[in-house]
Amino acid sequence: MSRVEATIVGTVSKVLVSIGDDIQSGQEVVILESMKMLIPVEATKAGKVTAIHVKEMDFVNEGDTLIVLEESQ
Amino acid sequence: MSELRDKSKRLQSGGSRKYHEKLAHAGKLFARERLRLLLDQDSFVEDGLFANSVEDGLAADGVITGTGKINGTTVCVMANDSTVKAGSWGKRTVEKIIRIQETAEKLRSPLLYLVDSAGARITDQLEMFPGRRGAGKIFYNQVKLSGVVPQICLLFGPSAAGGAYIPAFCDVVIMVDKNASMYLGSPRMAEMVIGQKVSLEEMGGARMHCSVSGCGDFLAKDESEAIQIAKSYFAYWQQPIHKEFRSNPSVEKISSIVPKEQNLPFDMKKLINLLVDQNSSLEVKELFAPELITMFARLNGRAIGIIANQSKVKGGVLFGDSADKAARFITLCDAYQIPLLFLIDVPGFMVGTQVERAGIIRHGAKMIAAMSEATVPKISVIVRKAYGAGLYAMAGPAFEPDCCIALPTAQIAVMGPEAAVNAVYHNQIQAMEPEARETFIQEKRKAYQEDIHIYRLASELIVDAMVELEDLRYELAKRYDLYGDKQIHFSKRKHPIYPV
Repeated sequence: MSRVEATIVGTVSKVLVSIGDDIQSGQEVVILESMKMLIPVEATKAGKVTAIHVKEMDFVNEGDTLIVLEESQ
Repeated sequence: MSELRDKSKRLQSGGSRKYHEKLAHAGKLFARERLRLLLDQDSFVEDGLFANSVEDGLAADGVITGTGKINGTTVCVMANDSTVKAGSWGKRTVEKIIRIQETAEKLRSPLLYLVDSAGARITDQLEMFPGRRGAGKIFYNQVKLSGVVPQICLLFGPSAAGGAYIPAFCDVVIMVDKNASMYLGSPRMAEMVIGQKVSLEEMGGARMHCSVSGCGDFLAKDESEAIQIAKSYFAYWQQPIHKEFRSNPSVEKISSIVPKEQNLPFDMKKLINLLVDQNSSLEVKELFAPELITMFARLNGRAIGIIANQSKVKGGVLFGDSADKAARFITLCDAYQIPLLFLIDVPGFMVGTQVERAGIIRHGAKMIAAMSEATVPKISVIVRKAYGAGLYAMAGPAFEPDCCIALPTAQIAVMGPEAAVNAVYHNQIQAMEPEARETFIQEKRKAYQEDIHIYRLASELIVDAMVELEDLRYELAKRYDLYGDKQIHFSKRKHPIYPV
Protein backbone atom coordinates (compact mmCIF):
# COMPACT_ATOMS: atom_id res chain seq x y z
CA MET A 1 0.00 0.00 0.00
CA SER A 2 1.31 3.40 -0.95
CA ARG A 3 -0.12 6.87 -0.37
CA VAL A 4 0.13 9.89 -2.61
CA GLU A 5 0.20 12.99 -0.42
CA ALA A 6 -0.46 16.68 -1.01
CA THR A 7 2.86 18.45 -1.62
CA ILE A 8 1.52 21.85 -0.65
CA VAL A 9 -1.44 23.38 1.19
CA GLY A 10 -4.21 24.43 -1.24
CA THR A 11 -7.36 23.20 -2.94
CA VAL A 12 -7.93 20.25 -5.23
CA SER A 13 -8.28 21.51 -8.79
CA LYS A 14 -8.65 18.19 -10.55
CA VAL A 15 -8.46 14.47 -9.79
CA LEU A 16 -6.91 12.79 -12.83
CA VAL A 17 -7.43 9.12 -11.91
CA SER A 18 -10.26 6.78 -10.97
CA ILE A 19 -10.46 3.79 -8.66
CA GLY A 20 -9.07 0.73 -10.41
CA ASP A 21 -6.70 2.67 -12.70
CA ASP A 22 -3.20 1.29 -13.12
CA ILE A 23 -0.74 4.13 -12.82
CA GLN A 24 2.98 4.53 -13.33
CA SER A 25 5.56 6.03 -11.02
CA GLY A 26 5.90 9.70 -11.95
CA GLN A 27 2.38 9.91 -13.37
CA GLU A 28 0.36 12.99 -12.42
CA VAL A 29 -2.66 11.93 -10.35
CA VAL A 30 -4.04 15.16 -8.87
CA ILE A 31 -3.70 18.84 -9.73
CA LEU A 32 -3.68 21.14 -6.71
CA GLU A 33 -4.20 24.86 -6.83
CA SER A 34 -2.17 26.96 -4.45
CA MET A 35 -0.97 30.56 -4.68
CA LYS A 36 -2.90 30.73 -7.99
CA MET A 37 -0.56 28.09 -9.44
CA LEU A 38 -1.60 24.71 -10.78
CA ILE A 39 0.60 22.16 -9.10
CA PRO A 40 0.63 18.58 -10.34
CA VAL A 41 1.11 15.83 -7.77
CA GLU A 42 2.83 12.74 -9.07
CA ALA A 43 2.73 9.16 -7.82
CA THR A 44 6.12 8.10 -6.52
CA LYS A 45 5.34 4.42 -7.05
CA ALA A 46 3.47 2.37 -9.66
CA GLY A 47 0.26 0.59 -8.70
CA LYS A 48 -3.52 0.31 -8.85
CA VAL A 49 -5.69 3.07 -7.36
CA THR A 50 -7.67 1.61 -4.46
CA ALA A 51 -9.01 4.78 -2.82
CA ILE A 52 -9.42 8.46 -3.61
CA HIS A 53 -9.65 10.65 -0.51
CA VAL A 54 -10.41 14.01 -2.14
CA LYS A 55 -12.70 15.67 -4.66
CA GLU A 56 -12.49 18.92 -6.58
CA MET A 57 -12.48 22.10 -4.46
CA ASP A 58 -11.49 20.23 -1.27
CA PHE A 59 -9.00 22.06 0.95
CA VAL A 60 -5.90 20.00 1.76
CA ASN A 61 -2.91 20.50 4.01
CA GLU A 62 0.60 19.47 2.99
CA GLY A 63 0.98 15.77 3.78
CA ASP A 64 -2.74 14.92 3.53
CA THR A 65 -3.47 11.67 1.71
CA LEU A 66 -4.94 12.21 -1.76
CA ILE A 67 -4.82 8.76 -3.31
CA VAL A 68 -4.08 5.26 -2.05
CA LEU A 69 -2.39 2.70 -4.29
CA GLU A 70 -1.84 -0.98 -4.14
CA GLU A 71 1.74 -1.18 -5.28
CA SER A 72 2.65 -3.22 -8.37
CA GLN A 73 4.79 -6.26 -7.64
CA MET B 1 65.01 -0.48 5.57
CA SER B 2 66.11 2.34 7.90
CA GLU B 3 64.43 2.74 11.27
CA LEU B 4 62.81 6.01 10.13
CA ARG B 5 61.43 4.51 6.92
CA ASP B 6 60.16 1.51 8.82
CA LYS B 7 58.42 3.67 11.44
CA SER B 8 56.96 5.98 8.80
CA LYS B 9 55.58 3.06 6.86
CA ARG B 10 53.95 1.61 9.95
CA LEU B 11 52.38 4.95 10.86
CA GLN B 12 51.13 5.44 7.31
CA SER B 13 49.33 2.13 7.48
CA GLY B 14 47.01 3.48 10.19
CA GLY B 15 45.21 1.13 12.59
CA SER B 16 45.22 -2.63 12.83
CA ARG B 17 44.06 -4.98 10.11
CA LYS B 18 40.65 -5.68 11.71
CA TYR B 19 39.74 -2.02 11.45
CA HIS B 20 40.80 -1.92 7.80
CA GLU B 21 38.61 -4.96 7.16
CA LYS B 22 35.70 -3.28 8.92
CA LEU B 23 36.20 -0.23 6.72
CA ALA B 24 36.21 -2.29 3.52
CA HIS B 25 33.13 -4.19 4.66
CA ALA B 26 31.24 -0.89 4.97
CA GLY B 27 32.27 0.07 1.42
CA LYS B 28 34.63 2.73 2.75
CA LEU B 29 38.15 3.62 1.65
CA PHE B 30 41.20 4.09 3.86
CA ALA B 31 41.82 7.81 4.54
CA ARG B 32 45.10 7.80 2.58
CA GLU B 33 43.37 6.24 -0.43
CA ARG B 34 40.77 9.01 -0.28
CA LEU B 35 43.57 11.57 -0.40
CA ARG B 36 45.24 9.73 -3.27
CA LEU B 37 42.02 9.96 -5.31
CA LEU B 38 41.46 13.60 -4.39
CA LEU B 39 44.90 15.12 -4.89
CA ASP B 40 47.15 15.47 -7.93
CA GLN B 41 49.66 12.66 -8.19
CA ASP B 42 52.71 13.01 -5.89
CA SER B 43 51.64 16.47 -4.78
CA PHE B 44 50.99 15.69 -1.10
CA VAL B 45 53.31 16.63 1.75
CA GLU B 46 52.29 15.52 5.23
CA ASP B 47 52.71 17.22 8.60
CA GLY B 48 52.56 15.53 11.98
CA LEU B 49 52.81 11.90 10.90
CA PHE B 50 54.64 11.19 14.15
CA ALA B 51 51.99 12.80 16.37
CA ASN B 52 51.55 10.67 19.49
CA SER B 53 53.81 8.01 17.96
CA VAL B 54 55.32 7.08 21.32
CA GLU B 55 51.94 5.53 22.13
CA ASP B 56 50.91 2.27 20.49
CA GLY B 57 47.93 2.14 18.12
CA LEU B 58 47.59 5.87 17.63
CA ALA B 59 49.14 6.34 14.18
CA ALA B 60 49.26 10.06 13.30
CA ASP B 61 46.88 10.42 16.26
CA GLY B 62 43.98 9.50 13.96
CA VAL B 63 44.18 12.36 11.51
CA ILE B 64 46.23 12.98 8.36
CA THR B 65 47.03 16.62 7.66
CA GLY B 66 49.07 18.27 4.95
CA THR B 67 49.22 20.22 1.73
CA GLY B 68 48.81 19.13 -1.88
CA LYS B 69 47.28 20.20 -5.17
CA ILE B 70 43.97 19.74 -6.97
CA ASN B 71 44.15 20.44 -10.70
CA GLY B 72 47.36 22.39 -10.03
CA THR B 73 45.95 24.58 -7.23
CA THR B 74 47.44 24.31 -3.75
CA VAL B 75 45.03 23.03 -1.10
CA CYS B 76 45.27 22.01 2.55
CA VAL B 77 43.61 18.84 3.79
CA MET B 78 42.73 17.04 6.97
CA ALA B 79 41.47 13.47 6.84
CA ASN B 80 40.24 11.50 9.84
CA ASP B 81 41.62 7.97 9.93
CA SER B 82 38.77 5.88 11.28
CA THR B 83 41.06 2.83 11.62
CA VAL B 84 42.72 4.65 14.55
CA LYS B 85 40.40 4.88 17.57
CA ALA B 86 37.45 5.39 15.18
CA GLY B 87 39.00 8.68 14.04
CA SER B 88 38.35 10.21 17.45
CA TRP B 89 40.01 13.43 18.55
CA GLY B 90 42.82 13.48 21.14
CA LYS B 91 44.98 16.42 22.10
CA ARG B 92 47.37 16.08 19.14
CA THR B 93 44.55 15.35 16.68
CA VAL B 94 43.06 18.71 17.60
CA GLU B 95 46.44 20.46 17.45
CA LYS B 96 47.08 19.04 13.96
CA ILE B 97 43.69 20.23 12.69
CA ILE B 98 44.28 23.70 14.16
CA ARG B 99 47.70 23.87 12.54
CA ILE B 100 46.47 22.92 9.07
CA GLN B 101 43.82 25.62 9.42
CA GLU B 102 46.58 28.10 10.27
CA THR B 103 48.52 26.89 7.23
CA ALA B 104 45.48 27.38 5.00
CA GLU B 105 45.12 30.93 6.31
CA LYS B 106 48.79 31.72 5.69
CA LEU B 107 48.80 30.18 2.21
CA ARG B 108 45.31 31.51 1.40
CA SER B 109 44.59 27.96 0.24
CA PRO B 110 41.27 26.12 0.16
CA LEU B 111 40.87 23.66 3.00
CA LEU B 112 39.20 20.27 2.58
CA TYR B 113 37.95 18.34 5.60
CA LEU B 114 37.63 14.59 4.95
CA VAL B 115 35.54 13.67 7.96
CA ASP B 116 35.01 10.20 9.41
CA SER B 117 35.20 10.55 13.17
CA ALA B 118 33.49 9.29 16.30
CA GLY B 119 34.12 12.66 18.00
CA ALA B 120 36.05 13.55 21.14
CA ARG B 121 38.12 10.98 23.03
CA ILE B 122 36.32 11.28 26.34
CA THR B 123 39.34 9.85 28.15
CA ASP B 124 41.42 12.80 26.91
CA GLN B 125 38.81 15.48 27.46
CA LEU B 126 40.81 17.75 29.75
CA GLU B 127 43.61 17.96 27.18
CA MET B 128 41.51 18.36 24.04
CA PHE B 129 38.15 19.86 24.95
CA PRO B 130 38.05 23.07 27.00
CA GLY B 131 41.35 24.96 26.57
CA ARG B 132 42.58 27.77 24.35
CA ARG B 133 43.87 25.30 21.77
CA GLY B 134 41.17 22.75 22.46
CA ALA B 135 38.54 21.60 19.94
CA GLY B 136 36.64 24.87 20.22
CA LYS B 137 39.56 26.54 18.44
CA ILE B 138 38.85 24.43 15.34
CA PHE B 139 35.38 25.96 15.02
CA TYR B 140 36.64 29.45 15.87
CA ASN B 141 39.18 29.10 13.05
CA GLN B 142 36.51 27.83 10.67
CA VAL B 143 34.39 30.90 11.30
CA LYS B 144 37.45 33.11 10.80
CA LEU B 145 38.39 31.35 7.56
CA SER B 146 34.84 31.41 6.19
CA GLY B 147 34.76 33.58 3.09
CA VAL B 148 38.56 33.90 3.13
CA VAL B 149 39.38 30.46 1.76
CA PRO B 150 36.91 27.87 0.46
CA GLN B 151 36.21 25.19 3.09
CA ILE B 152 34.79 21.96 1.71
CA CYS B 153 33.62 19.01 3.79
CA LEU B 154 33.53 15.46 2.47
CA LEU B 155 31.62 13.40 4.96
CA PHE B 156 32.44 9.70 4.65
CA GLY B 157 31.36 8.47 8.07
CA PRO B 158 30.06 9.92 11.30
CA SER B 159 30.49 13.51 12.38
CA ALA B 160 29.26 13.28 15.89
CA ALA B 161 28.34 15.69 18.68
CA GLY B 162 30.61 18.77 18.65
CA GLY B 163 32.34 17.34 15.58
CA ALA B 164 29.12 17.91 13.65
CA TYR B 165 30.03 21.58 13.60
CA ILE B 166 32.93 20.97 11.19
CA PRO B 167 30.51 20.39 8.30
CA ALA B 168 28.20 23.09 9.63
CA PHE B 169 30.91 25.74 9.23
CA CYS B 170 32.07 24.56 5.81
CA ASP B 171 30.91 26.23 2.59
CA VAL B 172 29.49 22.96 1.30
CA VAL B 173 29.05 19.42 2.61
CA ILE B 174 29.23 16.33 0.43
CA MET B 175 27.72 13.28 2.14
CA VAL B 176 28.02 9.63 1.15
CA ASP B 177 24.65 7.87 1.18
CA LYS B 178 24.21 5.25 3.93
CA ASN B 179 27.66 5.84 5.53
CA ALA B 180 27.81 9.55 6.31
CA SER B 181 25.95 10.92 9.31
CA MET B 182 25.82 14.07 11.34
CA TYR B 183 24.18 14.44 14.72
CA LEU B 184 24.59 16.21 18.04
CA GLY B 185 23.20 13.33 20.09
CA SER B 186 23.43 9.72 18.93
CA PRO B 187 20.32 7.49 18.87
CA ARG B 188 21.66 5.86 22.05
CA MET B 189 21.88 9.24 23.77
CA ALA B 190 18.43 10.29 22.48
CA GLU B 191 16.91 7.18 23.99
CA MET B 192 18.71 7.76 27.27
CA VAL B 193 17.90 11.43 27.78
CA ILE B 194 14.55 11.97 26.02
CA GLY B 195 13.25 8.41 25.61
CA GLN B 196 13.13 8.59 21.81
CA LYS B 197 13.84 5.41 19.82
CA VAL B 198 15.20 6.26 16.40
CA SER B 199 17.64 4.83 13.86
CA LEU B 200 20.90 6.57 12.97
CA GLU B 201 19.70 7.04 9.40
CA GLU B 202 16.51 8.78 10.57
CA MET B 203 18.36 10.85 13.14
CA GLY B 204 21.26 12.09 11.08
CA GLY B 205 21.69 10.09 7.88
CA ALA B 206 23.03 11.57 4.66
CA ARG B 207 19.71 11.46 2.81
CA MET B 208 17.87 13.14 5.67
CA HIS B 209 20.41 15.96 5.88
CA CYS B 210 20.48 16.49 2.10
CA SER B 211 16.68 16.54 1.72
CA VAL B 212 15.15 17.60 5.04
CA SER B 213 17.51 19.52 7.35
CA GLY B 214 19.50 21.19 4.57
CA CYS B 215 22.80 20.55 6.40
CA GLY B 216 24.08 18.50 3.43
CA ASP B 217 24.59 19.95 -0.06
CA PHE B 218 25.39 16.89 -2.17
CA LEU B 219 24.32 13.27 -1.73
CA ALA B 220 26.92 10.94 -3.26
CA LYS B 221 26.21 7.28 -3.95
CA ASP B 222 29.73 6.25 -2.90
CA GLU B 223 33.10 7.66 -1.87
CA SER B 224 34.48 7.92 -5.43
CA GLU B 225 31.47 9.98 -6.47
CA ALA B 226 31.89 12.21 -3.40
CA ILE B 227 35.51 12.91 -4.36
CA GLN B 228 34.48 13.59 -7.96
CA ILE B 229 31.82 16.07 -6.77
CA ALA B 230 34.43 17.84 -4.63
CA LYS B 231 36.71 18.20 -7.66
CA SER B 232 33.86 19.43 -9.87
CA TYR B 233 32.83 21.95 -7.22
CA PHE B 234 36.40 23.06 -6.71
CA ALA B 235 36.78 23.78 -10.43
CA TYR B 236 34.37 26.74 -10.17
CA TRP B 237 36.91 28.39 -7.87
CA GLN B 238 39.63 28.13 -10.45
CA GLN B 239 40.09 30.35 -13.47
CA PRO B 240 37.92 29.74 -16.55
CA ILE B 241 38.94 26.35 -17.83
CA HIS B 242 37.63 26.77 -21.31
CA LYS B 243 35.75 29.17 -23.53
CA GLU B 244 32.69 27.78 -25.18
CA PHE B 245 31.14 30.12 -27.69
CA ARG B 246 28.07 28.00 -28.07
CA SER B 247 25.52 29.48 -30.39
CA ASN B 248 22.14 30.59 -29.12
CA PRO B 249 19.62 27.79 -28.71
CA SER B 250 17.21 27.38 -31.60
CA VAL B 251 13.87 29.17 -31.38
CA GLU B 252 12.01 25.89 -31.84
CA LYS B 253 13.91 24.26 -29.02
CA ILE B 254 13.57 27.01 -26.45
CA SER B 255 10.18 28.55 -27.23
CA SER B 256 8.35 25.36 -26.35
CA ILE B 257 9.82 25.28 -22.84
CA VAL B 258 8.10 28.28 -21.23
CA PRO B 259 4.29 28.19 -21.25
CA LYS B 260 2.51 31.48 -21.93
CA GLU B 261 0.05 30.88 -19.08
CA GLN B 262 1.54 32.14 -15.83
CA ASN B 263 -0.08 29.43 -13.70
CA LEU B 264 1.18 26.35 -15.60
CA PRO B 265 4.34 24.64 -14.35
CA PHE B 266 7.43 24.04 -16.48
CA ASP B 267 10.89 22.65 -15.85
CA MET B 268 13.25 25.60 -15.31
CA LYS B 269 16.22 23.21 -15.50
CA LYS B 270 15.49 22.61 -19.19
CA LEU B 271 15.75 26.34 -19.78
CA ILE B 272 19.00 26.59 -17.78
CA ASN B 273 20.51 23.70 -19.74
CA LEU B 274 19.94 25.59 -22.97
CA LEU B 275 21.41 28.80 -21.57
CA VAL B 276 24.69 27.60 -20.05
CA ASP B 277 27.74 25.81 -21.47
CA GLN B 278 27.16 22.14 -22.11
CA ASN B 279 27.84 19.83 -19.14
CA SER B 280 28.98 22.79 -17.05
CA SER B 281 26.35 22.79 -14.30
CA LEU B 282 26.48 21.51 -10.74
CA GLU B 283 23.35 21.79 -8.63
CA VAL B 284 23.75 22.57 -4.93
CA LYS B 285 21.15 21.26 -2.46
CA GLU B 286 19.27 19.50 -5.27
CA LEU B 287 17.11 17.50 -2.86
CA PHE B 288 16.43 20.30 -0.36
CA ALA B 289 13.68 22.88 -1.06
CA PRO B 290 13.64 21.98 -4.77
CA GLU B 291 11.10 24.74 -5.53
CA LEU B 292 14.20 26.93 -5.78
CA ILE B 293 17.22 25.90 -7.83
CA THR B 294 20.74 26.89 -6.77
CA MET B 295 23.34 25.89 -9.29
CA PHE B 296 26.87 26.62 -10.48
CA ALA B 297 27.38 26.69 -14.21
CA ARG B 298 29.57 28.30 -16.84
CA LEU B 299 28.63 30.85 -19.45
CA ASN B 300 31.26 31.10 -22.18
CA GLY B 301 33.68 29.56 -19.68
CA ARG B 302 32.89 32.01 -16.86
CA ALA B 303 31.62 30.49 -13.61
CA ILE B 304 28.27 31.88 -12.45
CA GLY B 305 25.86 31.07 -9.63
CA ILE B 306 22.22 30.64 -10.67
CA ILE B 307 19.21 31.15 -8.40
CA ALA B 308 16.01 30.14 -10.19
CA ASN B 309 12.38 29.51 -9.29
CA GLN B 310 11.21 26.02 -10.23
CA SER B 311 7.47 26.16 -10.95
CA LYS B 312 7.47 22.41 -11.44
CA VAL B 313 7.80 21.97 -7.67
CA LYS B 314 5.26 23.62 -5.35
CA GLY B 315 4.58 26.15 -8.08
CA GLY B 316 7.97 27.77 -7.49
CA VAL B 317 6.55 29.51 -4.42
CA LEU B 318 9.17 30.71 -1.91
CA PHE B 319 9.10 29.01 1.49
CA GLY B 320 11.27 29.44 4.58
CA ASP B 321 13.62 26.65 3.48
CA SER B 322 13.90 27.95 -0.08
CA ALA B 323 14.70 31.44 1.23
CA ASP B 324 17.40 30.03 3.53
CA LYS B 325 18.81 27.98 0.67
CA ALA B 326 18.99 31.06 -1.56
CA ALA B 327 20.53 33.24 1.15
CA ARG B 328 23.26 30.70 1.78
CA PHE B 329 24.08 30.23 -1.91
CA ILE B 330 24.13 33.97 -2.62
CA THR B 331 26.51 34.52 0.31
CA LEU B 332 28.74 31.70 -0.94
CA CYS B 333 28.99 33.10 -4.47
CA ASP B 334 29.46 36.66 -3.28
CA ALA B 335 32.28 35.68 -0.90
CA TYR B 336 34.33 34.22 -3.73
CA GLN B 337 33.51 36.64 -6.54
CA ILE B 338 31.20 34.38 -8.49
CA PRO B 339 28.65 36.48 -10.46
CA LEU B 340 24.97 35.82 -9.85
CA LEU B 341 22.10 35.17 -12.23
CA PHE B 342 18.50 35.28 -10.97
CA LEU B 343 15.91 33.57 -13.20
CA ILE B 344 12.55 34.80 -11.95
CA ASP B 345 9.23 32.99 -12.20
CA VAL B 346 7.83 33.47 -8.73
CA PRO B 347 4.22 33.67 -7.50
CA GLY B 348 5.51 35.16 -4.22
CA PHE B 349 6.22 33.93 -0.72
CA MET B 350 3.92 31.24 0.65
CA VAL B 351 0.99 32.35 2.81
CA GLY B 352 -0.98 30.59 5.54
CA THR B 353 -0.74 29.85 9.24
CA GLN B 354 1.82 27.09 8.89
CA VAL B 355 4.48 29.24 7.25
CA GLU B 356 3.74 32.31 9.38
CA ARG B 357 4.24 30.26 12.56
CA ALA B 358 7.48 28.93 11.12
CA GLY B 359 8.71 32.51 10.66
CA ILE B 360 8.57 32.89 6.89
CA ILE B 361 9.00 36.66 7.29
CA ARG B 362 12.39 36.39 8.98
CA HIS B 363 13.48 33.63 6.57
CA GLY B 364 12.49 35.80 3.61
CA ALA B 365 14.33 38.71 5.19
CA LYS B 366 17.51 36.58 5.25
CA MET B 367 17.27 36.04 1.51
CA ILE B 368 16.58 39.71 0.80
CA ALA B 369 19.48 40.76 3.06
CA ALA B 370 21.96 38.37 1.44
CA MET B 371 20.88 39.38 -2.06
CA SER B 372 21.06 43.10 -1.21
CA GLU B 373 24.56 42.78 0.23
CA ALA B 374 25.93 40.82 -2.73
CA THR B 375 28.29 43.07 -4.67
CA VAL B 376 29.37 40.64 -7.39
CA PRO B 377 27.94 41.25 -10.86
CA LYS B 378 24.28 40.30 -10.56
CA ILE B 379 21.72 40.09 -13.32
CA SER B 380 18.04 39.37 -12.88
CA VAL B 381 15.96 37.95 -15.69
CA ILE B 382 12.18 38.02 -15.39
CA VAL B 383 11.19 34.87 -17.23
CA ARG B 384 7.48 34.96 -16.39
CA LYS B 385 5.79 36.30 -13.29
CA ALA B 386 7.49 38.30 -10.55
CA TYR B 387 4.86 38.86 -7.91
CA GLY B 388 4.97 40.53 -4.53
CA ALA B 389 8.04 40.24 -2.34
CA GLY B 390 9.16 37.48 -4.69
CA LEU B 391 10.32 40.24 -7.06
CA TYR B 392 12.34 41.81 -4.25
CA ALA B 393 13.94 38.56 -3.05
CA MET B 394 14.96 37.63 -6.60
CA ALA B 395 17.02 40.79 -7.16
CA GLY B 396 14.27 43.02 -8.52
CA PRO B 397 15.10 46.50 -9.84
CA ALA B 398 15.28 48.16 -6.39
CA PHE B 399 18.09 45.85 -5.30
CA GLU B 400 20.67 47.17 -7.72
CA PRO B 401 21.11 44.35 -10.15
CA ASP B 402 23.58 45.45 -12.80
CA CYS B 403 20.76 44.81 -15.19
CA CYS B 404 17.15 43.67 -14.92
CA ILE B 405 16.14 41.93 -18.15
CA ALA B 406 12.56 41.06 -19.05
CA LEU B 407 11.50 38.42 -21.52
CA PRO B 408 8.31 39.13 -23.52
CA THR B 409 6.53 36.64 -21.22
CA ALA B 410 7.43 38.69 -18.10
CA GLN B 411 4.82 40.05 -15.74
CA ILE B 412 5.61 42.22 -12.72
CA ALA B 413 2.98 43.02 -10.11
CA VAL B 414 2.16 43.07 -6.42
CA MET B 415 -0.03 40.07 -7.23
CA GLY B 416 -1.48 38.33 -10.27
CA PRO B 417 -4.66 39.58 -12.01
CA GLU B 418 -6.97 37.01 -10.40
CA ALA B 419 -5.88 37.78 -6.85
CA ALA B 420 -5.70 41.53 -7.46
CA VAL B 421 -9.24 41.86 -8.85
CA ASN B 422 -10.57 39.81 -5.98
CA ALA B 423 -8.68 41.92 -3.44
CA VAL B 424 -9.77 45.28 -4.85
CA TYR B 425 -13.37 44.52 -5.81
CA HIS B 426 -14.32 41.78 -3.36
CA ASN B 427 -17.27 43.59 -1.76
CA GLN B 428 -18.52 44.89 -5.10
CA ILE B 429 -18.34 41.39 -6.66
CA GLN B 430 -20.19 39.84 -3.73
CA ALA B 431 -23.02 42.36 -4.06
CA MET B 432 -23.52 41.64 -7.79
CA GLU B 433 -26.03 39.36 -9.41
CA PRO B 434 -24.26 36.09 -10.40
CA GLU B 435 -24.73 36.65 -14.15
CA ALA B 436 -23.07 40.10 -14.00
CA ARG B 437 -20.15 38.90 -11.91
CA GLU B 438 -18.16 36.99 -14.54
CA THR B 439 -18.27 39.81 -17.10
CA PHE B 440 -17.22 42.32 -14.46
CA ILE B 441 -14.33 40.13 -13.28
CA GLN B 442 -13.05 39.50 -16.82
CA GLU B 443 -13.17 43.23 -17.66
CA LYS B 444 -11.26 44.17 -14.52
CA ARG B 445 -8.67 41.46 -15.08
CA LYS B 446 -8.11 42.65 -18.64
CA ALA B 447 -7.66 46.23 -17.45
CA TYR B 448 -5.26 45.08 -14.74
CA GLN B 449 -3.23 43.09 -17.24
CA GLU B 450 -2.93 46.08 -19.54
CA ASP B 451 -1.79 48.16 -16.60
CA ILE B 452 1.06 45.77 -15.76
CA HIS B 453 1.96 44.90 -19.33
CA ILE B 454 5.70 44.44 -19.67
CA TYR B 455 6.05 46.97 -22.50
CA ARG B 456 4.40 49.55 -20.29
CA LEU B 457 6.87 48.73 -17.50
CA ALA B 458 9.77 48.90 -19.95
CA SER B 459 8.49 52.29 -21.08
CA GLU B 460 8.64 53.42 -17.44
CA LEU B 461 12.29 52.18 -17.20
CA ILE B 462 11.33 49.62 -14.57
CA VAL B 463 13.32 47.02 -16.52
CA ASP B 464 16.59 47.84 -18.24
CA ALA B 465 16.29 45.62 -21.29
CA MET B 466 13.87 43.36 -23.10
CA VAL B 467 15.26 40.27 -24.76
CA GLU B 468 13.83 37.32 -26.66
CA LEU B 469 14.44 34.03 -24.90
CA GLU B 470 16.51 32.67 -27.78
CA ASP B 471 18.86 35.69 -27.54
CA LEU B 472 19.29 35.49 -23.78
CA ARG B 473 22.46 33.40 -23.66
CA TYR B 474 24.34 35.79 -25.92
CA GLU B 475 23.01 38.82 -24.04
CA LEU B 476 24.04 37.41 -20.66
CA ALA B 477 27.51 36.38 -21.84
CA LYS B 478 28.15 39.90 -23.14
CA ARG B 479 26.89 41.55 -19.99
CA TYR B 480 28.93 39.36 -17.60
CA ASP B 481 31.98 40.12 -19.69
CA LEU B 482 31.31 43.86 -19.40
CA TYR B 483 30.49 43.78 -15.68
CA GLY B 484 33.45 41.55 -14.80
CA ASP B 485 35.57 44.28 -13.23
CA LYS B 486 32.82 45.66 -11.01
CA GLN B 487 34.24 46.93 -7.72
CA ILE B 488 31.83 48.20 -5.08
CA HIS B 489 31.53 47.98 -1.32
CA PHE B 490 28.05 47.68 0.08
CA SER B 491 28.78 49.47 3.35
CA LYS B 492 31.60 50.57 5.65
CA ARG B 493 29.84 49.45 8.82
CA LYS B 494 31.12 46.54 10.90
CA HIS B 495 28.17 44.32 9.95
CA PRO B 496 24.39 44.53 9.76
CA ILE B 497 22.06 43.03 12.32
CA TYR B 498 21.34 39.89 10.35
CA PRO B 499 17.76 38.66 10.26
CA VAL B 500 18.13 35.06 11.46
